Amino acid sequence: MSDKKTKYQEVAYYPGCALEGSGHAYNRSTKALGKKLGLKLKEVDNWNCCGAMEVKNIDPKLQTYLSSRVMSIAANKMKMDVVMAPCNGCYHNLKKAEYDLQNDEGSKDVVDRLSKKAGHETYQAGQVETIHALDWVKETIGEDGLKERVKNSLKGIKIANYYGCMYTRPRHIFPEKDSGPGSESTSKPHFMDDLLDAAGAENVDFPLKTACCGGAHTLSDSDTSTKLVANILRTAEAAGAEVIATECPTCHSGLEMHQIRAEKTLGIKTDVKIIYFTQLLGMALGLKPKQVGLHENVSDSFDFVKKKGLA
Amino acid sequence: MPIHEKSLIRPENLHVQENLEVEGVDVSGHWSTFIESRVVTDYNEAIEDEISALPGGEYIHRCWQCGSCTNSCTVHAINEEFNPRYWIYLIRMGMESELLRDKDIIWQCVSCNKCTYACPRDVVPEGVMKATAHWLELKGHTPKSHSTIFDEIFSEQVIETGKIEDGRTIKRFFKQTGQALMQPWMVEMVKRMLRNLPIGLMTRMGMANFIKPKTSDWSGARDAIKEYVSEQEAHHRTALGLDDLVKMAESELKASGSH
Repeated sequence: MSDKKTKYQEVAYYPGCALEGSGHAYNRSTKALGKKLGLKLKEVDNWNCCGAMEVKNIDPKLQTYLSSRVMSIAANKMKMDVVMAPCNGCYHNLKKAEYDLQNDEGSKDVVDRLSKKAGHETYQAGQVETIHALDWVKETIGEDGLKERVKNSLKGIKIANYYGCMYTRPRHIFPEKDSGPGSESTSKPHFMDDLLDAAGAENVDFPLKTACCGGAHTLSDSDTSTKLVANILRTAEAAGAEVIATECPTCHSGLEMHQIRAEKTLGIKTDVKIIYFTQLLGMALGLKPKQVGLHENVSDSFDFVKKKGLA
Repeated sequence: MPIHEKSLIRPENLHVQENLEVEGVDVSGHWSTFIESRVVTDYNEAIEDEISALPGGEYIHRCWQCGSCTNSCTVHAINEEFNPRYWIYLIRMGMESELLRDKDIIWQCVSCNKCTYACPRDVVPEGVMKATAHWLELKGHTPKSHSTIFDEIFSEQVIETGKIEDGRTIKRFFKQTGQALMQPWMVEMVKRMLRNLPIGLMTRMGMANFIKPKTSDWSGARDAIKEYVSEQEAHHRTALGLDDLVKMAESELKASGSH
């Protein structure tokens, strides 16, 4: 077994706020997938919000502190060395905090001061490794492992893989990416493509894998977000996709919400289904649509998955 | 055309003579287009320092105007007037009046980080956009944008409880910005949720009004954060000279009161 394969068998699980609310389907499907694959998730004790896209606009170092507290609990209280975050926002913020704590004295001072006052140990850079749900499945089970386990192949399902912004940008906070064979690419990410391909899906050539859905302003500047999402949806359909696979609750709900808004306010109707990659993999491994929370999506894909033989 | 000449050729600065003869040559119409002469005198060279003092604006001085930020910008693609490179240029030159022409759109940066990814000088243009939007608000050039209102509601909830509950944040945001919650697309979205979720999500969103999700043992962190945030706010006020402004106004009030 490779180092990572062993290391990621049991990880600290950081669902984050969105996965307890609008992104609950992602939470349910991630846990179900882990169980199905025999991987252990230990939820971070008494976790807090990472700061999402908002707290940094009040104060970036406060965001660094919030993210560091989560890592501190995982490392110092739970004695874990890997934190897995399925949400792109959480994943990004933990990575950013790790980077800042390694490189910026000012951030270190603020985190140390706030941690002491709050009464917990200060997180030290390097104590944990933060990974995304994609890394987790890719490194533990991988394409070969998935192929062996597939019960309902995703054969004949045309998928546009959508990674969004926070999983790859900016490059410098993800030192493990762009680092040679087997690593993830920040310009052309492929981990989700690899996994869904192994489960039998037909990935389409989708040029907007890392385009922005306007998630940060999904409510505060809805017209901009609707234009951005309409472009993503139409481009996916033009590429032949029936499904957009997602890996972020903000992107996912943004696509769902603005798919409706584009239809209502711009008259742009699209029919492409929006499904989390964990839901697609779960169903490919034989889980029922409800077990992966398909009923919790706004985008209704029940008839679609039935037609494709997944239910 | 160099970016700093852009403002010279706005329609209002161009003059076309319908009938004009110069040294016996007829140069009427298109051939006699003149640019209004202009001497810039209204520099405000404090802007760069002020924006550098706000979070995100720290590295503006590194910019060498390559344009990679604007070239990669998500918002620029749907609105050409959204031009990070140009704004960075104006800030560094102290061309305040020119910058203020775009004051109502600068907040629309969606933080996609494409600029920060593309920037060869690590200016972090995304941070500069946030700092500039923040500066415009602190200086009173613009009211708080919807984005700032959302950030504040969100952050306040995180600071108070340690966690966020979407339903509550959304409702407060719509109320505070005076928007109707049940717009046609929102109704349609709720209808679609209900189709597969007779009670699930809606109950959870409703329940959150009573049982607020929170991180237990949070009070220590809350107090520490609050103290830190108010310190930072005071620091920004000083950097932007806002304290002096208040003091001046106060002393003027006092002086007028003593008469």
